Parts: sequence; structure tokens; C-alpha cells
Amino acid sequence: MEQVIQQLINGISLGSIYALMALGYTMVYGIINLINFAHGDIYMIGAYIGFALTTFLNLGFFPSLIISMAVTSLLGVVIEKIAYKPLRKSARITALITAISISLLLEYTMMYFAGPQARTFPKVLKSKSISFLKGNVIMDIKNIYILMITLILMIALQCIVKKTKMGKAMRATSFDSEAAELMGINVDKVISFTFAIGSALAGAAGVLVGIYYNTINPLMGSLPGLKAFVAAVLGGIGTIPGAVLGGFSLGMIETIVSANGGSIYKDAVAFLILIIVLLLKPNGLLGKSIKEKV
Amino acid sequence: MNKKLSLIVVFVFVLSFITGCSSNGANNSDEIRVGLNYELSGDNATYGQGLVEGIELAFEEINLSGGILGKQIKPIKIDNQSKATEATNVSTRLATRENVVVLLGPATSGNTKAAIPPAMQNRIPLISGSATADDVTVDTNGNVKEYIFKTCFNDSFQGVMMAQFAYNDLQLKNAAVLADTSSDYAQGLSKAFQDTFKELGGNILTVEAYQAGDTDFKAVLTNLKGLNPEFLFIPGYYEELGLIIRQARELGLNVPILGGDGYESPKLVEIAGRDALNNIYYSSHYSSQDNSENVVKFRESFKAKYNKEPDAFNALGYDMAYLLADAMERAGEVNSEKLKEALEETAGFEGVTGVLSIDEKHNAVKSVTILKMENGESVFLKKLDPQ
Repeated sequence: MEQVIQQLINGISLGSIYALMALGYTMVYGIINLINFAHGDIYMIGAYIGFALTTFLNLGFFPSLIISMAVTSLLGVVIEKIAYKPLRKSARITALITAISISLLLEYTMMYFAGPQARTFPKVLKSKSISFLKGNVIMDIKNIYILMITLILMIALQCIVKKTKMGKAMRATSFDSEAAELMGINVDKVISFTFAIGSALAGAAGVLVGIYYNTINPLMGSLPGLKAFVAAVLGGIGTIPGAVLGGFSLGMIETIVSANGGSIYKDAVAFLILIIVLLLKPNGLLGKSIKEKV
Repeated sequence: MNKKLSLIVVFVFVLSFITGCSSNGANNSDEIRVGLNYELSGDNATYGQGLVEGIELAFEEINLSGGILGKQIKPIKIDNQSKATEATNVSTRLATRENVVVLLGPATSGNTKAAIPPAMQNRIPLISGSATADDVTVDTNGNVKEYIFKTCFNDSFQGVMMAQFAYNDLQLKNAAVLADTSSDYAQGLSKAFQDTFKELGGNILTVEAYQAGDTDFKAVLTNLKGLNPEFLFIPGYYEELGLIIRQARELGLNVPILGGDGYESPKLVEIAGRDALNNIYYSSHYSSQDNSENVVKFRESFKAKYNKEPDAFNALGYDMAYLLADAMERAGEVNSEKLKEALEETAGFEGVTGVLSIDEKHNAVKSVTILKMENGESVFLKKLDPQ
């Protein structure tokens, strides 16, 4: 029983990182139908900014998190303006290849400047842990931080999308960008805003992961990026609650597989489940079935 | 058609003439070209850099005292980025274009195996100071690879020693194993450990696995904790080890952790944090707390050059370079074939990592050092001799 609870905690912490990253994928996809493969590397840049702020400027956890989110959101907007906007009218594959190039560009630029070796975060959070059930279940303070920040950011995002004017514009653009433009919505601005928010979430995930695992490197974004993309597809790409559900599900699936002695096959089983889910529900768990426009 | 064919023939002749010339030229000069194929960047960079520091210090000392056979050693250092494919490329380049007499490196077993085929094809000796996998010098059929040598002990030997140490010295009977599936090194240690430990009468409760690049081990560690092992045997490399040890301690899994020489890295302390690094035992090649005369001398000259304490990889690189110099002196001339024969005859070479002989399988026979980590500090515990 204690083990099950402990595994639940493990799965939720892992899942919240995937969920934070999956949100960025899903938002960008929802608006311009682009799978932004550079997203995982924005997460990496976020981690490095957090590292620089805490190590060289001795800033605390929250200032580093906020500055890192601000810088990554700016980076997201710049990448969109330079690399994706000129290609908005061209074939989807062109933009996809550009996204992959941007991803590699970010990875190796960081490797050039910061070196390929792993870096370690200083201790910005006091190491404290809460144990219950006679000390058999242990929850680290960092788990709580990750979970709380993830939830706060998700609720904030939901408020922006549902309650604000910009959110309404985002939903309209996602539904039909030409019609939205005819209704006087500045589609360029909406897309930039989407990139800003998505990248800020990735930046936050980067800082959280850096602090949680204590180690970062220039290639840290590629595998989690892929998994977050999988999480977004699993939940139904384009839907925000879907990304959250997909992220947590993927984290839980990986944990359950490892917990049952399948640590060798963890990734294989997780991806097998993905294939099965997509065979049964091609639009993901919460995906809407959208009829192709003619 | 015929014209084309003859053109190709002429071209091949010219090419072989050019390459033949250049290799002769290099052999006659008054420098000895030694190829260094190391992990200067990437995942295993601290191992590669450590070895290179030791090698360069030794070469500097040798060159200052007149060189070998009156010639100066010229190291040609190329980075293999910790990648197997790159290790092969670098090895080919050193053997064919840089005309080296001998190849040193790479640091890890996987990369060393990748670097072997070009050395064998070009009949140039390759010495690795830290590739501990059993099948580096011997192929799968048990045949010795003629030109491949190593100056460190085997994985199976480390695994055997750690199993004996756990059973006899620590008196522990129930082990759980967590090994890196993506490295030959960890698999070699894991297998030898399990076999010996079972033979001695111990229990292996479970064998779990992880992959290089994984960052979250909490699920598998929670699983291990549920089995109540008396200790964990975790062979692997420092990046994942640091995370595993930290997460194990965070989960309240405080049993002793045993492992091999992959624990030997300052990065391990950085990643895991000092408070997590308690109750850890690992086998290594060398301890700086050893007070024999040559170790003290090495430590002082190392500190003078690099301004830090040498670690095991520095010591291994240093020993390998001196062993090479010793074999070249014995060979009497700068010649890959003669050098190979001299290396085979090595016996009782006194290095800082112990007295070393090369056996008929081209492996080093030497003792293993066991270290204990308390608060992130490695303390010399004892030396175990091969039986």
C-alpha cells in the first residue's frame, strides 16, 4: 500500500513536467497546426537561464523562475517571427523541417557556448521532506513545489484562454483563422501571444526540472520534448485539458511499468500504450473529431 | 573502357606511392608520434580529460629527461566526442593520415571497441588505460586481439572483487542490482557480480535496469525499496549514478551502495550532493591516500602542473604513458611491430596504480583498491589482490 502511494507521488511529479511541456505543443498546434519541435529546446534554454541566474547572480527560486519564463517567452516570439511566420502560407512539411532545424540550432548553439558537460544547479530550495505512514512514504519538498507550480500555471492558462479577450481571440483563431481575421482579430498578434505563453511554460518546466534533478545539459530537451509531444497527442492535440491529462497519464504509465519490474521496457511499453490508445481513439483521449473542411 | 581502367590503375599506384612515402618520412624523423583518441567532450568527458592530463604530464617529464631512444614524444590528440562512431573515425585518421606508432585510448570500453578495427587493420598497437570490459582484448571466440592491450583490470574482475568484498568483508547476503543496459561496462560488472555473489551463497533479489540519459529513477527505486535489500549494486557512469544515489536517499533508501570505478568523478559529488554520498563502496584503480614513494612523487608533480589532486583516471593515464615509454625502450626502435612484442613481455612494471604485468590475454594483472565514500569524500579502505 505504502509503495502504491509512493509510486503515485513519483508518477504525478514526472507527469506534471510532461504536462507543462505538452501545453506548449498543444497550444501552438491548436493555433497554426505546427508541431513545434523546438519546444523541447526552449525548455533546455529555460533550464540554462535558471542555472545562470541562480549560480552567477545568486537569485532565489521565484525570481529565477519568473525571469527565465520572461526570457523564454521572448525567445519563443522571436523564433516565431523569424522562422515560422514567413512560412505560414507554405506547405506544412516546410514549417516542420524548419522547426527541427531550429531545435538543432538551439541545442548546438548552447553546446558551443556552455560546453557539452552536465551542469549542476546550486541548492536554491532547502532540502526537506515530509514522510508519512511511518516513514514509508516520503514526499520531497521539491515534489510539492513542482506540483503546485504546475497546477497554478495551468489554472492561470485556463483563465487566460476562457476569460480574457485575448483568450477569446485565440480560440477564434484556432477555430478558423481567416474568419477571425475578417472579424478584426489581429491574427499575427494572437500567434505571437500563443508562442509567448507556450514558451514561458516550457521555460518554467526547464527551471523546475533543473532544480528537481539537479543536472542539466544542452541535449536535455530532446527526449522529454518528444515525450511531451506524445503526451499532447495522447490527450488529444489541440485541447488544453487533453495536454494536461496526457502528461499526467504518460508519467503514470511510465511509473507503473517501472514499478512492475519493467524498467528495461519502460519506454517501449509507454509507447505501445500510446499506439493502442490512438487505434481506439484516433483523436486522443479528449480530442474532438474535427471534420476536414473542403 | 580500357583507357579508364588504366587511368584508375595509375591513380591507385600514385596514391599508394604518396602514402608510402609519407609514412616512411614520419618514421625517420626524430619524434615519436603517439595518437590520443579521447573523450574530450560529451558524456564521458571527465574520464577522457582525466586520462589525457595524466598522459601529457608523463610525456612532458619523459621529453624533459631526453625522450625515448633520443627522440621526443609528440602526442596527436583528437576528440571523439564520447561517441563510438567518432572513436572509429578518429582511430582511422590517426592510423592512416597521422602515421602514429601507437594509439592510446579511448577511455570507455564501448568507444575502445569501436576504435579497435582500424588499429588491427593497420597493425598498430592500441593501449587503453581504462577500458575495463572483458572483451576488449579478446574476441567472442576467445582469441586474443594481437595489437590490443590494456593497463587496467577487467570488469569481471571488479565485479568478482566487489561480490567478495560485500559477502566477506561487509557480511551482507541480500543484494539488489540496478545496471545501465546501454553500456558494456555496467553489464560486464553486473554479470560478474551476480555470478560470484550467488556462488558465494548470497541472494540476488532482483535485477533492474536503466538507460544512459534517464533522469527519473524514483519508480524503480521505490520498487527496490519494497524488496528490503541489504545493499544495492549499481554499476554505471557518474551522470546517472549521481541522480540515482540522490533519489535513492531522498526516498529513504539508505542501505550501502556498491559499484565500480565509474564512481570516480568529481561530477558525482556535484550531482548527488555531499549529504547523499554516505555508505558507498566502490572499486577503483588508485587512491591518492596511498603513501608509497612513487605515488607521492606523482601527486606532487601533478599538483604542480594542474593545481589539483590527481584522481584515478589521471593516475591511469600517467601509468599508461610510462608503460609505453618503458616498452619502447625495451623494443629498441620506433616500430609498431617491435613495440607490440615488447608490450607483450611486460612484467612487474611499477606504476602508481600498482605493480602491473601483462598476461597472455593482453590484460593487466594488478590489485584493486576499495574506497568508501562518506559525506562525498572518498576514503582509502583496502587493497584486494587477485586470486
